[in-house]
Amino acid sequence: MIRFILIQNRAGKTRLAKWYMQFDDDEKQKLIEEVHAVVTVRDAKHTNFVEFRNFKIIYRRYAGLYFCICVDVTDNNLAYLEAIHNFVEVLNEYFHNVCELDLVFNFYKNLGGNLGFLGSSHHLQVYPTMGQMVTVYTVVDEMFLAGEIRETSQTKVLKQLLMLQSLE
Amino acid sequence: MPAVSKGDGMRGLAVFISDIRNCKSKEAEIKRINKELANIRSKFKGDKALDGYSKKKYVCKLLFIFLLGHDIDFGHMEAVNLLSSNRYTEKQIGYLFISVLVNSNSELIRLINNAIKNDLASRNPTFMGLALHCIANVGSREMAEAFAGEIPKILVAGDTMDSVKQSAALCLLRLYRTSPDLVPMGDWTSRVVHLLNDQHLGVVTAATSLITTLAQKNPEEFKTSVSLAVSRLSRIVTSASTDLQDYTYYFVPAPWLSVKLLRLLQCYPPPEDPAVRGRLTECLETILNKAQEPPKSKKVQHSNAKNAVLFEAISLIIHHDSEPNLLVRACNQLGQFLQHRETNLRYLALESMCTLASSEFSHEAVKTHIETVINALKTERDVSVRQRAVDLLYAMCDRSNAQQIVAEMLNYLETADYSIREEIVLKVAILAEKYAVDYTWYVDTILNLIRIAGDYVSEEVWYRVIQIVINRDDVQGYAAKTVFEALQAPACHENLVKVGGYILGEFGNLIAGDPRSSPLIQFNLLHSKFHLCSVPTRALLLSTYIKFVNLFPEIKTTIQDVLRSDSQLKNADVELQQRAVEYLRLSTIASTDILATVLEEMPPFPERESSILAKLKKKKGPGTVTDLEEIKKERSSDMNGSAEPASVNASAVSTPSPSADLLGLGAAPLTNSAPPPSSSGSLLVDVFSDSASAVAPLAPGSDDNFASPDLASSEVVSEEPADTVHDADELFHKFVCKNNGVLFENQLLQIGLKSEFRQNLGRMFIFYGNKTSTQFLNFTPTVICSDDLQPSLNLQTKPVDPTVDGGAQVQQVVNIECVSDFMEAPILNIQFRYGGTFQNLSVKLPITLNKFFQPTEMSSQDFFQRWKQLSNPKQEVQNIFKAKHPMDAEITKAKIIGFGSALLEEVDPNPANFVGAGIIHTKTTQIGCLLRLEPNLQAQMYRLTLRTSKEAVSQRLCELLSEQF
Repeated sequence: MIRFILIQNRAGKTRLAKWYMQFDDDEKQKLIEEVHAVVTVRDAKHTNFVEFRNFKIIYRRYAGLYFCICVDVTDNNLAYLEAIHNFVEVLNEYFHNVCELDLVFNFYKNLGGNLGFLGSSHHLQVYPTMGQMVTVYTVVDEMFLAGEIRETSQTKVLKQLLMLQSLE
Repeated sequence: MPAVSKGDGMRGLAVFISDIRNCKSKEAEIKRINKELANIRSKFKGDKALDGYSKKKYVCKLLFIFLLGHDIDFGHMEAVNLLSSNRYTEKQIGYLFISVLVNSNSELIRLINNAIKNDLASRNPTFMGLALHCIANVGSREMAEAFAGEIPKILVAGDTMDSVKQSAALCLLRLYRTSPDLVPMGDWTSRVVHLLNDQHLGVVTAATSLITTLAQKNPEEFKTSVSLAVSRLSRIVTSASTDLQDYTYYFVPAPWLSVKLLRLLQCYPPPEDPAVRGRLTECLETILNKAQEPPKSKKVQHSNAKNAVLFEAISLIIHHDSEPNLLVRACNQLGQFLQHRETNLRYLALESMCTLASSEFSHEAVKTHIETVINALKTERDVSVRQRAVDLLYAMCDRSNAQQIVAEMLNYLETADYSIREEIVLKVAILAEKYAVDYTWYVDTILNLIRIAGDYVSEEVWYRVIQIVINRDDVQGYAAKTVFEALQAPACHENLVKVGGYILGEFGNLIAGDPRSSPLIQFNLLHSKFHLCSVPTRALLLSTYIKFVNLFPEIKTTIQDVLRSDSQLKNADVELQQRAVEYLRLSTIASTDILATVLEEMPPFPERESSILAKLKKKKGPGTVTDLEEIKKERSSDMNGSAEPASVNASAVSTPSPSADLLGLGAAPLTNSAPPPSSSGSLLVDVFSDSASAVAPLAPGSDDNFASPDLASSEVVSEEPADTVHDADELFHKFVCKNNGVLFENQLLQIGLKSEFRQNLGRMFIFYGNKTSTQFLNFTPTVICSDDLQPSLNLQTKPVDPTVDGGAQVQQVVNIECVSDFMEAPILNIQFRYGGTFQNLSVKLPITLNKFFQPTEMSSQDFFQRWKQLSNPKQEVQNIFKAKHPMDAEITKAKIIGFGSALLEEVDPNPANFVGAGIIHTKTTQIGCLLRLEPNLQAQMYRLTLRTSKEAVSQRLCELLSEQF
């Protein structure tokens, strides 16, 4: 099962943290720092898996952001690696362009538009709606719940997001 | 998709966020935030009631501030208020705030539960989804109490929307993990199994996770899931890549669901029904076949998804370990991956092959890849990949290739990363011993180990080589010659001096005939190292010298001169000084005969499993328990200086004295066949902590409710010993019926207990006695409750003084509150430094459910009336067992009273039987308990029946009491 999901930038700033077991705040902070330390020293020649305490981190880097999932050692590495990508594709589809994704994660500066599938930016200065921030958490809950993969169909997730958006 | 600056109006929020973004410095940001917090606080405190919109806006701001990494300590109530709004956005913000910011112990839970209850009953799928996600995210026990009954109904109801079903399934899973006792199996279970047939693959995806976890705990109940999972899997793998539409990912049909189904099947042995079995074999073959087909896409996503399924299929094939054909095909497939350009695949292939190596069907096939694996060891850039290569070499090693593998490992050791050196040393030592046909090779290998990586050669390794040399007289002469030669090196590792000192002290005579290694030369060689060594090594060398006095009378005076020198006799170290004095005296006054007897060659050690293996298991076994018994023994043997050529102690002369127990393996036998422990997820918080001992709470029989992360990824790990905290179980059980006594004792430490309990409260005094004359430093006892236990048992302790003087006793008070019934016992972990060594031990603390018993007197009529009321099969737990102690009625009575219940005389029509009654007091409830014990003297058996209103309580009390007779 998934123990936690972290999205961090290269500097170690957390963009999203989702915990599937009880940790106190100090422990969370420690985990965040440790994950950053083990993941950022690795390069493209390394695997996308790192042993981590008694678990393992499956991670993938997108431009300046590290998407990390901490799972049990016997869990299927590649399945979680692709689960990350599936999640990123949903975000990308929903948030359409870099600019909006930036609003959510504040990683515009790091990104520099060099990531093909994230599209390019047209807007110069826009303010996010809080809804967008909230949406990322909603997307996580749609795709991962209770430490398990809940839904894998991008179409289904996007449909649900549109439905929820219509309620706003 | 959403317009960027949508008119949901929260302009204030947008401006605020923009302000924050524009802050030039951290200080400016904090200033801006504090201003905002003050503003929000005043709004919340203001007289004017806020409307939903404003509340949402301010809660949103707080959430934003929190997500920026600042602490938020107010606004919870406003967030909870939002939950009862009828507007989706307001509700959503309320739930998000709670999921992110409210911890499960919060006082607000009751209010939140109320709102959730309304949403669950709303029949509005969106609201139900929000509520279910909130339960799944918070997952507290209170929530389990409130909703564990309701959620299964939602899950299996015919009219529940698919998306709600998905959430309900995983929500239930979370509650089951948190509080398995609150999620009783029932009629719903069979209907849940049928969700595997659901049309909606999202529902199947979610349900499969739930079923897998439940099946691990209740395999019988979920047996029917096997055939359903097989047919579902079969439909997926045989479908064309476009059939599943939404669920096809880069041309791979439903990869995640396939993986989950394959994992579910790993909870069971191969299907018995030949048709099902045949169909599954077909599926597995199809998956293996597809791996050989040309890829449908060049994208890495395609190959990853495909291989995710493939690796899981291979795991299942290995798990079944019954189809030689599939095993060999799996091995060949992995062999191809060993040379793949993707590092990920090479890594996973090495890892997976490790488990294949332990199957008799595929061991030979794995061995054919030896060259590739050795090459990986030399060329891989990622240390974790090299690590897997070492693991695999270790796993594939047998008599036929041991020499090659050991040589390669030694080679690698010269350049290996520091982080894995010790482990490689252990592996080399084990392989060299296990597959030694020729013990000279073994001796050479170990000496090489010390030469290459002396710092990483632990005591276990060099103890072991000595043990083997002592036990095998065919290798003693060679060993003496080899260590003698090795000691010639100008700089040799201290461990080599130890081994050399010991071996020459025992067998130096075997090479003394050669003038190049005459007694005097041997002595001078050793003594030339003496001053560079640490105190323990010097102590060992002094013992070697006295052994030389016996072996080589011709150099006696030389040795006596050395012993007599001021640097020995007046050495500042007490141990060295004492040895010098005693050995000198012994050599002076004892006759040759006495000397020969006292200093006789060490007798052979009893054969037993290598402690190196035990050590490796410890190193490699995350989530398993360090065998503390062993550590304790090793440490104590170390402290007694037993690793010396001879103890001058007379008891060592003819029989191995306990202190001469080099390997300290007296107790705690390690069983190779022990199944891999199911590491309890409930311990994760402890496991996550750095202290190695924190894994200790994995008590046998602990109710492990998580998807067991079976750690058997390599042969080494699969040999894990059964988990024990400390083999103090016996002592633990003694405390079930009494409150005072000695809980633990070894050479260093005694732990005594005194406790008193009243209703749901208790107090325990723990006394730690230092039995030595030396101070204990950094003395830290910690009481650890596992994740499962924590909500049920409140324990409060004060830290004790970190220094415990020799002979002194310190006391620690534990205040105990029983919140709800519980199964496990807390763990008392004690760490301290004694002399130079770090001591670490854990014992179970005998705080058991029965301590919260209040006896209840009742008449026969009352008793049987209540007995009948508790006739639901779940309320009764019965155990028939053999008497472990003499069946004495008076003792039995005393035990039942000690257990805490009232002993009811003249209630049972059969006077030989015992009946008892009482009430378990917890903070939340009181649970009435009736018990009946029927002895059968003839068969020397008992039948014990417990009836209580709660299954888990009956179960636990029955377990505890059964151990008493």
